Amino acid sequence: MTEEHLDAFITAGTALLDLPIRPEWQAAIRMHLAISLSHAQTVLAFPLPDESDPAPVFVP
Amino acid sequence: MTALAFRTAAAIATDVADGRLRAADVVADTLSRIEQIDPLLNAFTAITAERARARAVAIDADVAAGHAVGPLAGVPFAVKNLIDIAGLPTLAGSKINRDHPPAQADATLVSRLEDAGAILVGALNMGEYAYDFTGENAHEGPSRNPHDRTRMSGGSSGGSGSAVGGGLVPLALGSDTNGSIRVPASFCGLFGLKPTYGRLSRHGSFPFVSSLDHLGPLARSVEDLALAYDAMQGHDPLDPVSVARAPEPVSEGLSGGITGLRIASAAGYFRAGASAEALAALDAVAAALGVTRQIEIPEAARARAAAYVITTTEGAALHLDRLRTRAADFDTDVRDRLIAGALVPAAAVAQAQKFRRWYRAAVLRLFDEVDAILAPATPFVAPLIGQKTMMLQGQPVPLRPNIGIYTQPISFIGLPVVAVPVKTATGLPIGVQIITAPWREDLALRIAQALETNGIAHAPHPPQEV
Repeated sequence: MTEEHLDAFITAGTALLDLPIRPEWQAAIRMHLAISLSHAQTVLAFPLPDESDPAPVFVP
Repeated sequence: MTALAFRTAAAIATDVADGRLRAADVVADTLSRIEQIDPLLNAFTAITAERARARAVAIDADVAAGHAVGPLAGVPFAVKNLIDIAGLPTLAGSKINRDHPPAQADATLVSRLEDAGAILVGALNMGEYAYDFTGENAHEGPSRNPHDRTRMSGGSSGGSGSAVGGGLVPLALGSDTNGSIRVPASFCGLFGLKPTYGRLSRHGSFPFVSSLDHLGPLARSVEDLALAYDAMQGHDPLDPVSVARAPEPVSEGLSGGITGLRIASAAGYFRAGASAEALAALDAVAAALGVTRQIEIPEAARARAAAYVITTTEGAALHLDRLRTRAADFDTDVRDRLIAGALVPAAAVAQAQKFRRWYRAAVLRLFDEVDAILAPATPFVAPLIGQKTMMLQGQPVPLRPNIGIYTQPISFIGLPVVAVPVKTATGLPIGVQIITAPWREDLALRIAQALETNGIAHAPHPPQEV
């Protein structure tokens, strides 16, 4: 994903979440988002069956 | 140096209980040392002097009257400032929480330590909202490493590491979501216990990531760690994840030795990226224990990634409203990570929680073959305060998100860990993790005790009076 893609995502996502950000924060947010999305890709790349349950189990 | 600096909790408690030492003198000595040394370390954010003096008077009266006093009688301790202290706002390292009303009551673990005779002397500096491995704090200034004050204490329980490592108190509490007890233990040369998830109550502590949050002790000896741990065990109905499990005291069996224990050293992921110092410490511990077997923890890198995703998204959700209304009042390093975390797709979080179940089952199978696994606690010794990047497998990477690469895959599934300090050729300490199966803190502590007894693990005094 290019810097432009990440910046567009940050602009749209923070607007959607009503998160005001200042221009001088953009570079650091972009860097951290790139790291987080890289970890997200690593997680999503792991094949799991549809029947997998998440670790936390709700007990009524 | 004051008369009692660096005395262990066990020695203080024995002397107080036997009437050879007054708790009031312990408190006076401790407050004097904090006054002298804390300006150099910046470990404390509040000192509860009056409360401590009053508590000491009560303990001395009990001793004089021949009443039984607890196993931590007269032992001064301090807590990371995300743990409630009645009458003080619970800062969690933030500027924003300074506006919070004072806590109405002490956290469960503070009450349990005081029930055992310990004496609270204050609250400790920490990385903002516990999203930190450095011990730096934009609002309070960094807590400093007692072995080299230009270096990080480690985070996020940085003040806990500074205070115990600097000999201000023999015992402190920290929290560990991804490594925040084990990292400062490693950088400051301490023993640290991250218990099994759900073992110790978190009631009365400011949260970060509920399914990863643990509280635990840091100390300069395994015996002190065990004494504190035993005093804090037991179900707490006020913490929904606290297990209904009877206390399993470890102090009595601490010197049981390691005969018959099957121990392996973690290979692969846990050696890649480690500095020469981290590997030398790991290998020295393994050699001292007669460990020759290496074991691969499957998918450890992905476990770290999944812990990262859950942490950044849950942390962002926790702080979303504060990010909307008071973003400028955050520590910038924390704020920018949290804003990024708010943007991570939910699909990754759901998958991370499913992977977590898979990973847990895979790692628990390893404990059919071994009783304990050794791994580095941090990839390197304490970095310089202000350092922003580190080398990982030959590549420069941001420092702050990567200090916990070896701790995150372990806390991700709530395994108990004791971090033990080992001296390196640099003169600075580094930690080694002793990881055991759920609820087997006793084995990790026994192994740690064996290492302390043979001198491989040792909490060093600072090279000069800090």
